[in-house]
Amino acid sequence: MSRLSAESVTLAYDGRVIAEDLSVAVPDNSFTVIVGPNACGKSTLLRALSRMLKPRAGSVLLDGAAIGSYPARKVARTLGLLPQSSVAPDGITVADLVARGRHPHQGLLRQWSPEDERIVQESMAATGVAALADRYVDELSGGQRQRVWIAMALAQRTPLLLLDEPTTFLDIQHQIEILDLCAELHENQGRTLVAVLHDLNHAARYATHLIAMRDGRVVAEGAPGDIVTAELVERVFGLRCQVIDDPQTGTPLVVPAARRVSTGVRVSTGVTGSSAAAARPAGPPSA
Amino acid sequence: MLVDTSPQTSNAPRTAAAPEAVPRGRGARRLAGLVVSTGVLLLVVVASLAVGAKQIPVDQVWHGLFHYTGADADVVVRDVRVPRTALGLLVGAGLGLAGTVMQALTRNPLADPGLFGINAGAAAAVVSGVSFLGVTSLTGYVWFAFLGAAAVSVVVYALGGSRGATPVRLALAGTAVTAALNGYVYAVQLMDTAALDRMRFWTVGSLASANATVVRQVAPFVVAGIVLALLLARPLNAMALGDDQARALGTRLTATRVLALLTVTLLCGAATAACGPVVFVGLMVPHVVRSFTGPDLRWVLPYAAVLAPVLLLGSDIAGRILTRPSELQVGIVTALIGGPVFIHLVRRRRMAQL
Amino acid sequence: MNTTDSRPAVRALRTRGGLSIRFAPRAVLVAALLLAAALAASVALIGTGDYPMTFADVLRTLTGGGTEAQEFIVHDLRLPRVLVGLLVGTALGLAGAVFQSVSRNPLGSPDVIGLGQGSSVGALTVIVLFHGDPAAVAAGAVAGGLLSGAAIYALAWQRGVHGYRFVLVGIAMSAVLVAVIGYLLTKANLTDAARATVWMVGSLNGRDWSQVWPLLGVCAVLVPAVLGHGRSLRMLEMGDDSAYALGVPVERTRLVTTGAAVLLTAVATAAAGPISFVALAAPQLARRLTRSPGPNLTAAASTGAALLVGADWAAQRLFGADQLPVGALTGMLGGCYLLWLLHTERRAGRV
Repeated sequence: MSRLSAESVTLAYDGRVIAEDLSVAVPDNSFTVIVGPNACGKSTLLRALSRMLKPRAGSVLLDGAAIGSYPARKVARTLGLLPQSSVAPDGITVADLVARGRHPHQGLLRQWSPEDERIVQESMAATGVAALADRYVDELSGGQRQRVWIAMALAQRTPLLLLDEPTTFLDIQHQIEILDLCAELHENQGRTLVAVLHDLNHAARYATHLIAMRDGRVVAEGAPGDIVTAELVERVFGLRCQVIDDPQTGTPLVVPAARRVSTGVRVSTGVTGSSAAAARPAGPPSA
Repeated sequence: MLVDTSPQTSNAPRTAAAPEAVPRGRGARRLAGLVVSTGVLLLVVVASLAVGAKQIPVDQVWHGLFHYTGADADVVVRDVRVPRTALGLLVGAGLGLAGTVMQALTRNPLADPGLFGINAGAAAAVVSGVSFLGVTSLTGYVWFAFLGAAAVSVVVYALGGSRGATPVRLALAGTAVTAALNGYVYAVQLMDTAALDRMRFWTVGSLASANATVVRQVAPFVVAGIVLALLLARPLNAMALGDDQARALGTRLTATRVLALLTVTLLCGAATAACGPVVFVGLMVPHVVRSFTGPDLRWVLPYAAVLAPVLLLGSDIAGRILTRPSELQVGIVTALIGGPVFIHLVRRRRMAQL
Repeated sequence: MNTTDSRPAVRALRTRGGLSIRFAPRAVLVAALLLAAALAASVALIGTGDYPMTFADVLRTLTGGGTEAQEFIVHDLRLPRVLVGLLVGTALGLAGAVFQSVSRNPLGSPDVIGLGQGSSVGALTVIVLFHGDPAAVAAGAVAGGLLSGAAIYALAWQRGVHGYRFVLVGIAMSAVLVAVIGYLLTKANLTDAARATVWMVGSLNGRDWSQVWPLLGVCAVLVPAVLGHGRSLRMLEMGDDSAYALGVPVERTRLVTTGAAVLLTAVATAAAGPISFVALAAPQLARRLTRSPGPNLTAAASTGAALLVGADWAAQRLFGADQLPVGALTGMLGGCYLLWLLHTERRAGRV
């Protein structure tokens, strides 16, 4: 079953076609992650799914009808999006920003119900920013700010939530923090999440459904454990690698092939020391 | 900051730090181009002498210049057209070089003396002089214009800041200064109708009132400015790479900045005093020049000195022809050409700061 | 009806039927105080002039209890001037707030981007080329403002607004328009030139009921229309994608509000000339006074009204009746304010 799907869409920016005849279905109650090399069309696909980009051909369906046929506000009550770039207005506090997520549920004479208030509090609590409620968004660190934006998207209370590279520009510990948060939202609140991620190992660890794209086409799709193989990684990213089990979770872990096996690895940082550690730069932290 | 940085910053390392690496053929081509440009300038000068409310054939122009007999045409050529053309040459070269130096100094491809409020500073100072001190002669105008230009260039540069100055910041600081000063100019003109009458022709930017005295008064300043600008080519080339890099290459930053501001003030002050504020010449010429010389200021500056007068005199001639028998002031023609060029530049560039 | 306290800065007013209104007490208080200030300045302004009147006299006359002379002075001479001032200030403050919000830049206001210059070109064309009467001049100003607004919109919008591009295109437009103004001034005879210069400074001198009615009509339609879009505008400040994701019809909001703002500016300019910097300064002042983010439309509008009437009153008191047009004062003050804004924003590292 799938509430959100793209049916053979052609996606283009100003005449530059990114993807043609692309079909994707987002399984309900999944944490779907889209991966692929730069410019493979993964963000474009997410923009189309969230109706930011109108497909040139084909259609994006939400609950069986073209997404463009619903009023903007109605879609906003079903489907939330965390865009890559958002601007925090000058001098806005965390609580105010999160409260703006309630916009699709409000009206001129129904501006701030007790329910709004409760949901905003809950969203802030869920993302761990409740203590920051009265701080200005400008003063927060990158990781805190991203959590505030996620809180805003949560306050929208949509069964479907789309996230466009939510971990970009964050430190590694904040990346994991955000992804853990997404996994919680998916498991505890039963929401359907769709995220574009850069890091294949993050995707393999957190996704319940993985979509691998290249050149505007879906190369493989399914549970990470079923589809992430050395052969797939080479086909999608052009990277020779070995796939092993993640010692923490048992999900697939992609280890890029060393330039020279065993003794040949030159350790330039001198910090890690062992060649095995240096050859595994993209692995998740072990704790 | 601009993402697709202008050629002066992206290509500068190659040409500025290692000029020997430039292929020999390019140098020859640049030299040839400069010769051709000078030829074009000569043609425009001749046209400027010949075209106007009264058309004078080229042989008559020659006659007027070298075999002066006092005939009507000779008088027009000697007393009207020659000073006008000479002033056009001086003002054009001055504005073109001032724009080039400003763009290099601020690393800002949108720099223009007019947009940055320097002309407005000169105008406000001149208005004060005319209205409060009863200045009527151009000799007086010049000093006031210098004062105003200098004050504004310091203020705008300080506000735009050398550190973290973005094209947008400087343009906005210029707009703010211009707006404040225009309010003042209007207020003075309102209180003093005589000043309005004298000023309303001056504030448009026109070469029409040129005479030999004006040319003689302005020439020393412009010439001094031109020499200074050409001398600054090398240190400004180094500064195009960034302050730290320039310092590493042995450039004295403060001295260069002060001299560059002095140059801009001399050139803009003199040009503005002589013919009123003319916008966009300083903006357009360096862009055109850079498109075929590359970013090396040692070439850009001489080219600008030759081609800016071509643009100014060309605009002046166009102004004389378009609405004959009356004239369209040169400042209006350059604004009408320059506005669209500026908008094109803004639209073409992707601003990271948007 | 009961009020609940969510956090100190924001309160909500709720009815039993499930209706609720959210407000920041400080913003409401500030708007009320500004409105009071604007009204007080209005009464003071009515009392100022060659025939001074006390506060009490003015109030008595306004409520129909003055002498015949007072009646004439207040109703026929000074009241229309004050009403024009209030309406123009409101319109400019509101239009400025919309522009700054849509371009996401405090400098994207109508006076920086050349709308005033566009209106000036329209008005000067009528004055200089057709020697038109004041009504024709006003029509010319409206036409000029609308045309330049449309031109800037068309030139600056490439797949969405980009604040700085919008501002820079506007600056170029205004440079071109200034050249055209200069040309028209040189074409004029001295009388027309003086009339044009007076018009271009922006003034409330000698405004009568014929200026009030059209202005009032336009404001009555457009001010509520813009205020109604306030919530959507607030969402727009977070970026097109975020606003869209929250269900805001982005393009429609932008088109409707900027269209209304251009019209408000043009009509205000037609009534009083291009009074500079009210549109720039009012929203900024309002934001600092209310200390709340977002366009603050109501506060900006009341700040505009208070600012303009207050400036006119100050100009009259400081320089004598009808000596210095209010536009010259706001221009100089506004320019300095703009420089200060740039200075502080540089320190904050924003621009």
